Amino acid sequence: MKPALLSLLALAVTTGGAVAEEIRVLNWQGYGTDQEFATAPFAEATGHSIVHEYFNSEQEMLTKLRTNPGAYDVVLVNAVYTQQAVAEGLLAPIDTSGMENYAGVPDSFAQNPMLVEEGTVYGVPWTWGLTSFAINSSVIDTAPDSIQALWDPAYAGRVSIRDDAVEALQLAALATGQDINDIPDLEAAEAKLAELLPNLRTFWSSENDWNQFMAAGELDIASYWSGSASRSASLGLPVEFVVPQEGAIGWLDGLSVPATSEHKEAAQQFIDWMIDPEFYVRWDQDGAPASANAEAAAALPEEAFNKRVLGDPEVAARVTFQTPLSNDRRETYLEIWQRLKAAQ
Amino acid sequence: MADLAAAMDRRRLVTLLSPAYLWLLVAVFLPLSAMLFFSLLTDLPQDAPDWGLTLDNYGQFLTNPTYATLLWKSLKLGVMVTLACILIGYPCALVLARTIRGRARETLFLLVILPFWSNSLVRIFSWAIVLRGNGVLERSLDWLLPFDIRLNLMFTTPAVVIGLVHSYLPYVILTSYLALQAIDDDIIEAARSMGASRWTILRRLLLPLSLPGLLAGAVLVFVPVVGSFMEPRILGGRMGTYYGTVIEDQFIAVYNWPLGAALSFILLAVVLLIIALASPVLKRART
Repeated sequence: MKPALLSLLALAVTTGGAVAEEIRVLNWQGYGTDQEFATAPFAEATGHSIVHEYFNSEQEMLTKLRTNPGAYDVVLVNAVYTQQAVAEGLLAPIDTSGMENYAGVPDSFAQNPMLVEEGTVYGVPWTWGLTSFAINSSVIDTAPDSIQALWDPAYAGRVSIRDDAVEALQLAALATGQDINDIPDLEAAEAKLAELLPNLRTFWSSENDWNQFMAAGELDIASYWSGSASRSASLGLPVEFVVPQEGAIGWLDGLSVPATSEHKEAAQQFIDWMIDPEFYVRWDQDGAPASANAEAAAALPEEAFNKRVLGDPEVAARVTFQTPLSNDRRETYLEIWQRLKAAQ
Repeated sequence: MADLAAAMDRRRLVTLLSPAYLWLLVAVFLPLSAMLFFSLLTDLPQDAPDWGLTLDNYGQFLTNPTYATLLWKSLKLGVMVTLACILIGYPCALVLARTIRGRARETLFLLVILPFWSNSLVRIFSWAIVLRGNGVLERSLDWLLPFDIRLNLMFTTPAVVIGLVHSYLPYVILTSYLALQAIDDDIIEAARSMGASRWTILRRLLLPLSLPGLLAGAVLVFVPVVGSFMEPRILGGRMGTYYGTVIEDQFIAVYNWPLGAALSFILLAVVLLIIALASPVLKRART
């Protein structure tokens, strides 16, 4: 018996989980919950089976929750969207007292106002990560320490950013020294992006895209996500993630239980397993985002990227976490982004 | 008796035609009506209980110049690709229909249709492999030519045109081939016996007689290319933002179906208008 399963077994016994239930999870594809090492040990220990459904955008996730009541038991909600989902009555309160691993989640995440409303928890902090940029370390010897590297004429035609309005404008906000969550001077950010676009080789849209472009030697430097960077590095690509002096964009993903779930007990058991250090250490071997559970992060080997770089307090101080964006703001960003792209 | 026969004829007509019309109803009319309905909504009913009807989505096309710019860009792309398809496809069809005979023709014809049997996404990705820096094309040229060569075709407008021409070329070849093949050999013989040169025969006989086929092919290419989004996205890189990609964004990335539907209907209207304006030319070609 692996030690990883002991706590699960104990959990199964204490909660009297004799009835095997089917837990339906709504998540991005390939994002932790659907991996063999996530579902198989859990099913073995508790008898519950896991079924997945996927979404391709946060808007789609919200629509699925609205239109399929009772269809899901666990859903991944980016913290930026949790309040909106709670306001629409889509999420159920979570009883964290029964979760063995919840104690390891530091207050900065566990008490995060985006996930907790008047003392009631609606989302269990699961993973977090950074949006910044990564370099092809076989081409660039010394990693630049400024985000202005994306604008550097030395890399003209060898740069890429993601085709996403919010991400593009937040990167431009960093580069122009503005607050990413409330960009006061949108014109400056737009002008900065207009300078960047001619430098681009192409846009990327998925992690797979990014890996292919890097492997084909099309790119020297490109915006990226920290979790994806560690995954690309574990695939053997010469990738180095940079957290520049100007700061980086932080995001937090939580696991929630839909209000209409009929297996809330089992769903909370699964969420508890998802923040288990044993599970996280295994996940990190394949490349994972940073865990919101400090005990899970501490259990990583010293050389792991998520401990070495993201665990550095000096790096953490530079991170600004994303906060909810109003619909008007989102539409304005989209308009700017489309205008910039159409002008190419 | 005659009445009875007519009634039976009619019944047979209805029986034979109804599957086709039923299919049209289900596959074309219903989805289009649903889209038309979506285009007039403020919000999707499943997302907002307080949805209502509005013309705002169409208004956005007029107030935001980005959409008009992109539509113009897409129309230009359509013209470019259609011209390229005609310039390459028509001579090809001419040779196939008028010069090559027998088994060789069948084989060549098969080769023309062959791309149709593969998935279009696969075709575009193979172009990506061929065109990209240090890809198949550059390496072969490097190997053949003594000097260093860097084409940098990938992620440019020419790359999009190449991919689209390859995808849609068979339409022009097929329609032109059918029209050219139908021309009576005796007419050509007669012209030749009266001393007409090859060029005169092409210009005065073959081209006018096959024009309906050629134009039909051109329409078949132009319409889908104006709305294309997959090819520009994969091959165009930062140059690959077109009207079609913006519509796709509205449906997939932004989840604003009403605006996406309205933009689609504007595209449909513009394309129909262009075909309507061109129809006098089309009609003259037919007679």
